Amino acid sequence: MKQLYGAEAPTSGQLLLDGKPVAFSSSQDAIAAGIGMVHQHFMLVPSLSLAENLVLGKEPKRRGSRFFDLEEAVRITEDLAAKYNLKVHARARVVDVSVSMRQKLEILKALYRGARVLILDEPTAMLTPQETDELFTELKELRAHGHTVVFISHKLGEVFRLCDRVSVMRDGRMIATHDIGEVDHQSISNEMVGREVKLTVDKEKARPKEVLLKARDLSYVDDFGVTMVDRVSFSLRSGEVLGVVGVDGNGQSELVRILAGLDRTLTGSVAVKGVEVTNTNPRRVRRAGVAHVAEDRMTVGAALPASIEDNLLADRYSKPAFSKRSGFMRPAEMSGASREIVRRFDIRCGSERQPVASLSGGNMQKVVVGREFTAEADVLLVSQPSRGVDVGAIEFLHRRIIDMRDAGKAILLVSSDLSEVMSLSDSLVVMSEGRIVAYFPVAEGVTDKELGLYMLGLKRQGDEEIRRVLHE
Amino acid sequence: MNSDSAARDAKIPEPGRPRRLKPLGAAKLFFTDRDKLEPALVSFLAVLFSIAAGIGLIFLVSKDPVQSTKNFLLGPVLRTYNVYYTMIAMVPITFTGLALCIIYQSKYLSLIVDSCFYMGAVVATAIGVNWALPGVVHPIVAMLVSGLVGGLIGLLPAILKIKWRANELVSSLMLNYVFYFLGSFFILYFLRDRDQAILASMPFRKSFALPKLVANTQLHWGFIVAAVFIVLVSLFIYRTKWGYEIRMIGANPKFAAYAGISVPTVALYSHFVSGFIGGVGGAVEMAGLYKAFIWQMNPSYAWDGVIVAMLARKNPKYVPLSALFLAYLRVGADFMSRRGDVAFEFITLLQGLIILILASDKIVNYFKARRLRKAALASGFGPASAAANGGGTAK
Repeated sequence: MKQLYGAEAPTSGQLLLDGKPVAFSSSQDAIAAGIGMVHQHFMLVPSLSLAENLVLGKEPKRRGSRFFDLEEAVRITEDLAAKYNLKVHARARVVDVSVSMRQKLEILKALYRGARVLILDEPTAMLTPQETDELFTELKELRAHGHTVVFISHKLGEVFRLCDRVSVMRDGRMIATHDIGEVDHQSISNEMVGREVKLTVDKEKARPKEVLLKARDLSYVDDFGVTMVDRVSFSLRSGEVLGVVGVDGNGQSELVRILAGLDRTLTGSVAVKGVEVTNTNPRRVRRAGVAHVAEDRMTVGAALPASIEDNLLADRYSKPAFSKRSGFMRPAEMSGASREIVRRFDIRCGSERQPVASLSGGNMQKVVVGREFTAEADVLLVSQPSRGVDVGAIEFLHRRIIDMRDAGKAILLVSSDLSEVMSLSDSLVVMSEGRIVAYFPVAEGVTDKELGLYMLGLKRQGDEEIRRVLHE
Repeated sequence: MNSDSAARDAKIPEPGRPRRLKPLGAAKLFFTDRDKLEPALVSFLAVLFSIAAGIGLIFLVSKDPVQSTKNFLLGPVLRTYNVYYTMIAMVPITFTGLALCIIYQSKYLSLIVDSCFYMGAVVATAIGVNWALPGVVHPIVAMLVSGLVGGLIGLLPAILKIKWRANELVSSLMLNYVFYFLGSFFILYFLRDRDQAILASMPFRKSFALPKLVANTQLHWGFIVAAVFIVLVSLFIYRTKWGYEIRMIGANPKFAAYAGISVPTVALYSHFVSGFIGGVGGAVEMAGLYKAFIWQMNPSYAWDGVIVAMLARKNPKYVPLSALFLAYLRVGADFMSRRGDVAFEFITLLQGLIILILASDKIVNYFKARRLRKAALASGFGPASAAANGGGTAK
């Protein structure tokens, strides 16, 4: 996709546009040729207004001068928004508007630059179900205007709702292209993996036992003074998966970081199996029996230049099994242990000594999960376990999570993939603006429409209902 | 990426595509060896280029370029005493090179080892002049005390960084001035031999001198001490849990903290160990080579240490090789300048060139990208080229 957009040059082959071969040396060329891209992470200037962002790089000038014409920019934005029925507040600053409005702005930006082909990279990752519906209506409108939309997603349901044709890519190859009517979920996911995949997670009913992790009254204020976590309390029981649902950026990441010892809470306390670990450090938290699959494996969960072995043992290298009292390590034990994890977690690599950076996303994630799930911890904090992971590996990781639950671990699962949380969790909490706004003791039967209302903050359970998550 | 795909192929046979290399063989070829080979290749290229540029330079300025080139290239081995000079010259830069290997492994950029080395020499001077100790014990005590002082000085930039997030490169460079003048002050006011016209300390006691390794040469036991330190530092970095911690905070400090490693603690002791080695180096230089402290200015072996550590790709195992290369270059240039019309200073040009080549990661990446791309095209396969671009683009 980056090649289509001119951000990267193809090493071989050619690109045809309207039947003519084209070569883009930069994304400017691609834009000029009518190709626009909306990246997964928005490319906007937060402190400028929407209108200013829209015209950036192609600004209207006051007549006869070289000065920027804000009124004209606002007018352009409003005209464009009306034409394509994408509602935005032209004068608001980007920081002040919602994620879905930023996304609309990104789409308008591409249209303003004359895009006929619009590439959207995972556009729904940050949206609620309601916002996703809205986006799809708008995209269909664009289609009616004669635009081409390339929609990149790993969420099959959305592909089926929106698209006319679907192409499957695997390992950098185009596997197949179909009209949407010819295929169903199962056949597409088989093509994505290259074999039969199980789409649903088989699991027994959970049998939760004693409380292992007690979080009470946690709060976090970020560097900009925004309250990200607002007096959150819950308890996590042995043998259950507690799913945390919420639109990205509503405090889930910060909550997990506090629990893992990576950030400090302003108020309240965290106790693991009766041991108080509030505002200590990751080492103490881990020693108390917590393992943590970090949401971002590229920057936190793994050391990319280091070997698989070094990554797998990073939390236990100093234990007597791997280090003598003299401080010397035991290389034979280390490679033995890491080979065992590589085998058990099916990490596809040539040797446990190759750098983690050389692995695919799915195998990198297996390195992280392999370490954390073998850490002899009773509490597992699992954040975004399948983000950027291929379907085959997702199936494997989901199986492991359920296995851990059945082994009596207490699991907190945070994911922006709603269907993932719903299928894995035994009970659910919904977070909105840093607070727990709902608790469902039984995840089964909760609809995503209902969750969406809570995620958007349109609905909130009573305090009594929410308090049930304390299990007191 | 490639062996990963290879492994996947092996498990999921697909019609119409021939099986490729066995996973293990492929991995050996693509990761174990090549990943180490390419940086080595760049170091080798840096060496080659700098020598070639040196020869080119000689031909530009010398009236008798052939003879000068010969003196430059073969000087260190043409005369026996030059062989010893080369070995002597290796000693201080081995110490600073090792010290910087440790710092670079942790991805810090402190250059405080310059102060550690210089103050190590000053402290050793004080001990060599003032303390009455039996032979052999005397230099060893001096090395330990100098090492300790060096270690404490080495801590300063790390403390400033941890407490106030002061950039360790800047603070260490500034501190180097502070310690240079502090050291000079000590020599000038407490240790100076007032009978000497030049600035020099009182002469060392006889017991302070390190014995000579070869009779009637300047080659001293410091050479052996340096060799021992190479082994020790190698073991420290690659075989102990402390070395593991240093490598992990160097590979990704956020990851290290997340996994439960205390990054500040590791930063502190890595700087201490590094400073300790620098301090020992200063003491060894004094006890091995001199009869009194006669440095009129700071020899700044830390900068040579930078070249040594970078050429060795921060692996202590290769420090002797890169120290040998640099010392060889030095002695060759010195020999040539004394026998011809090319100034010794031309060596600084070559050093600059070496650093330029080594510092450009892009050269290493160029080789890697080219290799992965070739492999990808040869197998008609996509993801490998993604790895060449930094990964994550295989959508």
